[in-house]
Amino acid sequence: MDWANLFSIALGAILVNNFIVAQFLGICPFMGVSKKVETASGMGMAVIFVMGLASAICWPINRFILEPFNLTFMQTVTFILVIASLVQFIEMFLQKAMPALYEALGVYLPLITTNCAVLGVVLQNTQNSYGFIESVVYGVTGGVGFLLVIVLFASIRERMEFSEWPKAFDGFPIALVAAGLIALSFMGFSGLKVVF
Amino acid sequence: MNVKKQLMDGLFFQNPVTVQLLGMCSVLAITTTLFNGIGMGLSVLVILTCANVVIALLRKIIPSKIRIACYIVVIAGFVTIVDLALKAFLPDLSKSLGLFIPLIVVNCIILGRAESFASKNGVAASALDGVFQGLGYTMVLVIMCVVRELLGNGTFGGGILNGGEGIRIIPEGIPALGMILPVGGFLTLAAVIAAMQYILNKPKKTETKSEEVAK
Repeated sequence: MDWANLFSIALGAILVNNFIVAQFLGICPFMGVSKKVETASGMGMAVIFVMGLASAICWPINRFILEPFNLTFMQTVTFILVIASLVQFIEMFLQKAMPALYEALGVYLPLITTNCAVLGVVLQNTQNSYGFIESVVYGVTGGVGFLLVIVLFASIRERMEFSEWPKAFDGFPIALVAAGLIALSFMGFSGLKVVF
Repeated sequence: MNVKKQLMDGLFFQNPVTVQLLGMCSVLAITTTLFNGIGMGLSVLVILTCANVVIALLRKIIPSKIRIACYIVVIAGFVTIVDLALKAFLPDLSKSLGLFIPLIVVNCIILGRAESFASKNGVAASALDGVFQGLGYTMVLVIMCVVRELLGNGTFGGGILNGGEGIRIIPEGIPALGMILPVGGFLTLAAVIAAMQYILNKPKKTETKSEEVAK
């Protein structure tokens, strides 16, 4: 096992190539459910869970079904179907087995189907030809990066309630400006490398 | 169906990006050169129109419980077609848009229009809706591209004009690279939406307000 490699994948997914502020994946839920820290962290948790699981399930499908039969051009269709049914399945499973967790994540789970970060992570796994463990690590840490940024952003938005801005910027635009400043601060991580 | 009203809705009053706030990811990510913007806009326009037509045709057959899954399969099919076509005929564009072509599947604009328009209206109206919403999306992309490319790189028409280099308007060394980076995307989109809100709210304040409440 190459721990250094896994560590640099994790570091890249969380800070350097953060899914939201560096790659622009998953902007819709990022903007949509970031009004309060609680809902934001619930969404973040759900995303970690689904991204990790989707990476774990799509890897064998791609490796053992799509590649041997030369069907890789069907990746998009296959993966989105897998993700949609996975989300549906997780929802049903949690409802039965872990009602407490279901209550906490409940509302956010269906939204995740159309979260481009999930499809994005799966497609990137195949593009970078990651192995199984690398894929799962990339999926989970990508979700952690999502959680980090969305919680930061939600706390900023909570504070912003008390500020004033030009009227035309009401609502969405001022949130985008705040997101832009977070992106600016995350640029400080670019070029960060792990040397062992 | 009122064609003119649909056109105005698509471009301004119900613009998918600035008013409905859908499909943000691609708007922020790929608007760095004019070529990217036009290519992405037209790809979405084609996929949106085709998906709208097929879904409008099937709207009475698809059971309402699994409609979202059905829509996604239809959309994913068209996205794959466009993806393969771009790879074959415009490899440069396909390379620079990269991941964001397959990600059109989860672009909320297309699913959103399928759910809110094509599943309730006839084929012709849905096709027009697809074209006009696609035009509205392309318009925002082009505005974003022109602004970001000019301020970030100092050129106009990158990827198309002057052998792909673009026409240099601001001399080298002056432009702020940050406008091409993610920061610039967020700030430009904020400015574009703010300008749109300013313009739309000016003449008829009450109407746009009530639309916001209705959403």
